[in-house]
Amino acid sequence: MQIHIKNGRLIDPAAGTDVVNDLFVADRRIVAVGTAPHGFKPERVIDASHLIVCPGLVDLSARLREPGFEYKATLESEMQAAVAGGVTSLVCPPDTDPPLDEPGLVEMLKFRARSLNQARVLPLGALTQGLKGERLTEMAVLRDAGCIAFSQADAPMSDKQVLMRALEYATTFGFAVWLRPEDATLSRGGVAHDGEVATRLGLGGIPACAETIALSSILILARETGARVHLCRLSTAEGVAMMREAKRGELQVSCDVSIHHVHLSEQDIGYFDPNCNLVPPLRSVQDRDAIRAGLADGTIDAICSDHTPVDEDAKQLPFGEAEPGATGLELLLPLTLRWARESGIALPRALRAVTTAPLRVLGQSGGSLAAGAPADLTVFDPDARWNVEPAALNSQGKNTPLLGHEVQGKVRYTLVDGMVVFDATLEKSASHHHPF
Amino acid sequence: MVEGRNADLQLSPEGKLKHLLTIEGLPAAVLLQILDTARSFVSVTQQEVKKVPLLRGKAIFNLFFEPSTRTRTTFEIAAKRLSADVVNLNIATSSQTKGETLLDTVANLTAMNADMFIVRHAQSGAAHLIARHVGPNIHVVNAGDGRHAHPTQALLDAFTIRHYKGSFHELRVAIVGDVLHSRVARSEIQALNVLGVKEVRVIGPRTLLPRHVQELGVSVFHDARAGLEGVDVVIMLRLQNERMGGPLLPSAGEYFKYYGLTPDKLALAKSDAIVMHPGPMNRGVEIDSAVADGGQSVILPQVTFGIAVRMAVMGILAGN
Amino acid sequence: MTTLPDAERLLNDLAEQIRRDAQPGTALVGIYTGGVWVAERLHDMLALSSPIGTIDVSFWRDDYKKTGMRPGVKPSDIRFEVEGADIILVDDVLYTGRTIRAAMNEIFDYGRPTSIRLAALVDRGGRQLPICAQYIGAQIRVEARQTIVLHRDQSGVLRLALEAADG
Repeated sequence: MQIHIKNGRLIDPAAGTDVVNDLFVADRRIVAVGTAPHGFKPERVIDASHLIVCPGLVDLSARLREPGFEYKATLESEMQAAVAGGVTSLVCPPDTDPPLDEPGLVEMLKFRARSLNQARVLPLGALTQGLKGERLTEMAVLRDAGCIAFSQADAPMSDKQVLMRALEYATTFGFAVWLRPEDATLSRGGVAHDGEVATRLGLGGIPACAETIALSSILILARETGARVHLCRLSTAEGVAMMREAKRGELQVSCDVSIHHVHLSEQDIGYFDPNCNLVPPLRSVQDRDAIRAGLADGTIDAICSDHTPVDEDAKQLPFGEAEPGATGLELLLPLTLRWARESGIALPRALRAVTTAPLRVLGQSGGSLAAGAPADLTVFDPDARWNVEPAALNSQGKNTPLLGHEVQGKVRYTLVDGMVVFDATLEKSASHHHPF
Repeated sequence: MVEGRNADLQLSPEGKLKHLLTIEGLPAAVLLQILDTARSFVSVTQQEVKKVPLLRGKAIFNLFFEPSTRTRTTFEIAAKRLSADVVNLNIATSSQTKGETLLDTVANLTAMNADMFIVRHAQSGAAHLIARHVGPNIHVVNAGDGRHAHPTQALLDAFTIRHYKGSFHELRVAIVGDVLHSRVARSEIQALNVLGVKEVRVIGPRTLLPRHVQELGVSVFHDARAGLEGVDVVIMLRLQNERMGGPLLPSAGEYFKYYGLTPDKLALAKSDAIVMHPGPMNRGVEIDSAVADGGQSVILPQVTFGIAVRMAVMGILAGN
Repeated sequence: MTTLPDAERLLNDLAEQIRRDAQPGTALVGIYTGGVWVAERLHDMLALSSPIGTIDVSFWRDDYKKTGMRPGVKPSDIRFEVEGADIILVDDVLYTGRTIRAAMNEIFDYGRPTSIRLAALVDRGGRQLPICAQYIGAQIRVEARQTIVLHRDQSGVLRLALEAADG
């Protein structure tokens, strides 16, 4: 399809540019910027006046809950949430039920996702069978089925020898291993950051060293094995400092943070808001500030949503019993924009964290609006304000710390592979449709 | 990002008590109103006629998700002395027998015309969760949620202290024991600070004191003798058996030797210091029998005051 | 403008009325606070042997739902055996009758008296319940927005005053 996106504010994170111009899409790619190519006949014209056009958001962690957790959410609802949030590619963790440790499951997931014709789904394969941390999975076969890297998700890996072997095996094929640093024995019994708030509220605490001790082990093993490791969901100031040091030593590592940890801290728990029960926990204000500093100086590569839909029954419980996690696909964009605004970072640079940087973590180039780039695009209104209410979210997960809050930034159109997969104007007219 | 989340559930816009969930956020005036009202009820408990018709026709439900005979009985007696109807519900909390959700249970009981819920639960924050989901004219009293709060215990301890010491202002109060796991300690520290005592001390081995305990507004002592010196009030916390022999404490014996309240340790406090304990006591673990039964112990009067304080809390809530 | 009578003179009047009827075992029960002052004086004037009882009716009032818990409730103290007693309830100002209703309910929680009679220093009318006093110092009419208050000075002398009624 030939699409002419007219008069939009084109923000190209790869080139670092922010210019109002026209963009032309054909055959799944951006074919030109500025002037239409010779003989271009648009089948669709999108008026992007006062809207921003940027490369589609790439989310390094979004749980789709299939297979196995369909009562929490389904592929249909979460894929819709993704494109409504401007996310054109997402990585899903392997902690489904059963976990993604068999090629058949991965193929089924990819097939289901492809048939929905929405965002690209990039599954992480389980690093060990059943995520039990004992026996390696058939990583090569899983890669052939479509896994882009291997991970333990949130399952602990206490046997360091198995971890070392898994890293070594992964290097055989050049596979990347994604790990969230947490020592299960130090975090045992904890549901919140071991700080002032948990002390006052009488909640079991997870000390910062639960992250840093695990991080230290992983970094040393990465050096020992030469494995390409991506650290997921940093949450501590000390952890950011350790990454800064590791990168200075030219270790092949990258890391991400969840958008919620860019904004929130333990203070937001208030009086036991279960929507603030997250993994890793929301930590101190100092930790949050260190995360912002880490994003500003490039120590932290990418921001993800860590989208985790949780059903009402599992969330409306006393804090310590509530299932952790927050819905995030539709909040990734507005909250990234808020971070840019608050930190005084220009949009081309800020949006790198959710476009070029995640792609680099995935070993891909991209995240640009240059001619020839794939036509994965997000067109959004940076000024539109909306209230975070259950009805406003496409995701089945209504569990968010921002419930009832107003955010700024709304997606109008999302294109994947040169096709419009989300059109906000259609959503509106559907709700205003009057039968005769 | 936080507006509204910390808004106090407990107080109406006019500052009247709607729920008693935690001492946090309650101004001194509210605490003193409860203590002053309790004083009237103490006289009632001393009269021949111990009943007043204040809560006649009201239904008070004891929702105990964590079993407790003592506390439940105290609330029941208090409620009956106010002429209320009392219903006791002991709800099994095994996570394997998860039947009805907590909120479903509350919704069903509301439909049975409950006026007040007295809630005890093993999880911190349970009372807040319930209070957020009850109907407009239903009051919730927290009888203990996990490690978080036990406001009526803190109030009856404050009442006891005022009864024997007159005023709060010049007092040094020592709280000894497992503060880490104690909802009583957290509520007491808050109440004593709001009521304006001179100093609250917490005394215990490092493993039993939360790492950030000083943020609660206390002086920290690991040496019991140093901590008890010159105090006016000693509050001993119960040490649970589960804590012994694990990574927190090696044995009851070593704990008793260094932290147990014996006559010689008590002698370091002021000569007219009072000894308190929320109960039930582990004699020979945190407290020596000689002290528990001695002249400075006010442990038994605490129980009587506990009934009056709970009558005051229920009476004030039902009238607001 | 109503002028109020001298409280001390009313007290003497009241004492005379009661003296004509009084039995040896008659017990006085004063209602806090003014009623207790009057009862104490009557007790001296009538030279009664058994001590007066004092009651605070706060917990028996019927306006709890409206006004909630009141501060400063005083302890009620009745030392004699209510069961079978002849009681004279004493209050300073009798108005709607609701305080007397509450006082009688409270007394009945202690036991079943043989009789209860009511002595009031002032009866200002305006009854909302079928209650009347057997012994009255004076009947005075005042406007609804006013209230009659009994004061006691440091030497124990009683005095009536007219004040604005609050809410």
